[in-house]
Amino acid sequence: MPPKTAAPAAPDAYKKLGAAKLLKIHELMVRARLLEERLIKMSKGGDGFFWIGGPGEEAFNVPLGMQIKKGHGVNFDFLHLHYRSAAITLAMGAKPIDALRQMRSVATDPYSKGRNFVNHYAIPEYNVVPVSPTIETQYSTSIGTGIAQARAKTDAVTIVNGGDAGTAEGDFHSCLVWANRPVLPLPILIIVVNNGWGISTAGRTQHGEKNISDWAKPFPDMPGKTINGNDIIESWAALEEAFSYVRKNRKPYLLEARTSRLYGHSSSSGANRIPEPDCIELLEKGMTERGLAKAADFKKTWDAEAAALDAAHKQVKVEPFPETASVWEDVFADGLPSSYPTKGGS
Amino acid sequence: MANMAQAIRMALHYGEQELGVTEIFGEDVGPPLGGVFTATQGLKNAWNSPLDERGIIGAALGLAWAGARPVAEIQFVDYIFNVIDMLKLAANGHWSSGGRYKTPMVVMTPTGSGIHGSMYHSHSFDSISTKLHGMKVVCPSTPIDAYGLMIAAIKSDDPVLFLKPKALLRSKGEELIPGEPDEKTLHDMIDAPLGDRSKWKAKWPKLTDYAVEIGKAKISHAGEDATIVTHGRMAPVCLDVARRFKAEGKGRIEVIDLRSLIPYDWEAIKASVKKTGRVLFINEETEITNFAEHLIRRLVDECFYELKVRPRLLAGKATPGIGLSPNLEYFIQPQTKDVERAISEMLADPA
Repeated sequence: MPPKTAAPAAPDAYKKLGAAKLLKIHELMVRARLLEERLIKMSKGGDGFFWIGGPGEEAFNVPLGMQIKKGHGVNFDFLHLHYRSAAITLAMGAKPIDALRQMRSVATDPYSKGRNFVNHYAIPEYNVVPVSPTIETQYSTSIGTGIAQARAKTDAVTIVNGGDAGTAEGDFHSCLVWANRPVLPLPILIIVVNNGWGISTAGRTQHGEKNISDWAKPFPDMPGKTINGNDIIESWAALEEAFSYVRKNRKPYLLEARTSRLYGHSSSSGANRIPEPDCIELLEKGMTERGLAKAADFKKTWDAEAAALDAAHKQVKVEPFPETASVWEDVFADGLPSSYPTKGGS
Repeated sequence: MANMAQAIRMALHYGEQELGVTEIFGEDVGPPLGGVFTATQGLKNAWNSPLDERGIIGAALGLAWAGARPVAEIQFVDYIFNVIDMLKLAANGHWSSGGRYKTPMVVMTPTGSGIHGSMYHSHSFDSISTKLHGMKVVCPSTPIDAYGLMIAAIKSDDPVLFLKPKALLRSKGEELIPGEPDEKTLHDMIDAPLGDRSKWKAKWPKLTDYAVEIGKAKISHAGEDATIVTHGRMAPVCLDVARRFKAEGKGRIEVIDLRSLIPYDWEAIKASVKKTGRVLFINEETEITNFAEHLIRRLVDECFYELKVRPRLLAGKATPGIGLSPNLEYFIQPQTKDVERAISEMLADPA
């Protein structure tokens, strides 16, 4: 499904955002794209196993990451992400090398100690709660941090994101109902990134609703909006509006961003480039046309990010894999009881 | 003497007052009902949720990650089957995050048969719950253990599934909970009146920090001739039979009330079986892939030469559900006469 444009960006919107900020956004988008492409190569080259990620979503995810109130605890934003969210975490300050570590499943993987798929983050210092391979469960867990923040005197909010296909799951609808309880509305920015696909199944064959954001219609205090998530300007503005509403009103907002899916679902579909609109190309074109940057500026960024990634990859390749005994770490928070069965049978 | 529902209520109140429990929720958990078994009546932080088990567990998980110590209820364990993946998330979150996220949450839920609950109010979840590795699982059989295990569960940094035996929630124990007043006074203080409750507030006795360590079994009846390992609804049945057997000179039965299924008190089981050489596991779960089968296999591995006779299991029959007719329920689920028969057979088995 080609991404739809709700409304063209205003002619001066690029200049309003400013060259410096746009170049920073561009740098983060390039970092995220190169990281995902490196992860794909690693998965295909025996330097890791399964890949799943979000190349094509950078124009929406980078502004999202940049607008987070970042920190730890209820006075900062909580994020319930899924596995296409690398650009969000990078925009918040996560290091690409840590994703490489998780892909190679080495002991230094800070998110899971080599236990989980790549792009399954857990970053308590940023309130990024553990990402699970299970589809849509993050919409149920977002209810909890939303309650904690509804009770607290804070402008911090909960952000949950996931894909369009997962909205068929009950967890999505649980989130809508709980976020709109009259006795305690929740400050949750409910995001659906709609790339039009659920693995190999076209969304248009399974979903009769015109827009996923139309699910906001039954709830009078929850705005719903669909935007072109390939457009950096539209994404930035829509996120500003949504964040502002949730922070101020302490009520939910449902935001649907339509984006490309540039490398298919995951390793399971080959992870080859798909001819869909590329949001980085669109940003570079928009900035060049307005005289905000030149091709050489962009090349410098691409080269610098690639070099940094090369160095990180080189380092990760010599880092150790986890010791087998480490499987008994973290089973329980207070340690493994001495009589816990550990032999795997007789 | 407090009943088990009152004991749980008092532990939750202690949790509110002293242990930082700010959210106690689930279907009909808040006023006016205070839980379908009244285990949450009068609690200041108890509230009603939508009728949505996935949302309930998701909310608890999110609250735990946000630093709260929530207590959530699934109204009957029979309704928990559609949230198994959410429970798995709670159980594996600490491990999958490399130890970066702790999950201090309690999920309490009535389990088992004994209330004529038919197809969907009689399930046991005990064996399945032991497969949620990373989750601690407790199941008291007395009010004082319910009180102490709930306090321990609230304090735990791990997720704890607190199984409440449905049939025992109105039962009274033999030991007073520290701070518990006489029965009538307690009733007047913490049981909501019938009719309009809108202005009613509980008055709480002065309670203390009495915790039962998770993972520690209780020898509820000492004996030398045979060992019974049990928990939940079957524990008082086994205790009663053991007392009668002793009084009637039929045998000296040691009864181990597990109290915790995960982690289980392996040392207590092993020590007792080494002493008696005869062991019978009794629980309400169906016999196929029963949790006790794991314990039997481990006993065979580690105590084979101490066993005088084959280890046995008395369990529920592997039917798709519990039938409503008493004839059906009492046949499917172990009853007192079944316990007596199984013990007698074990004692009669030549070594």
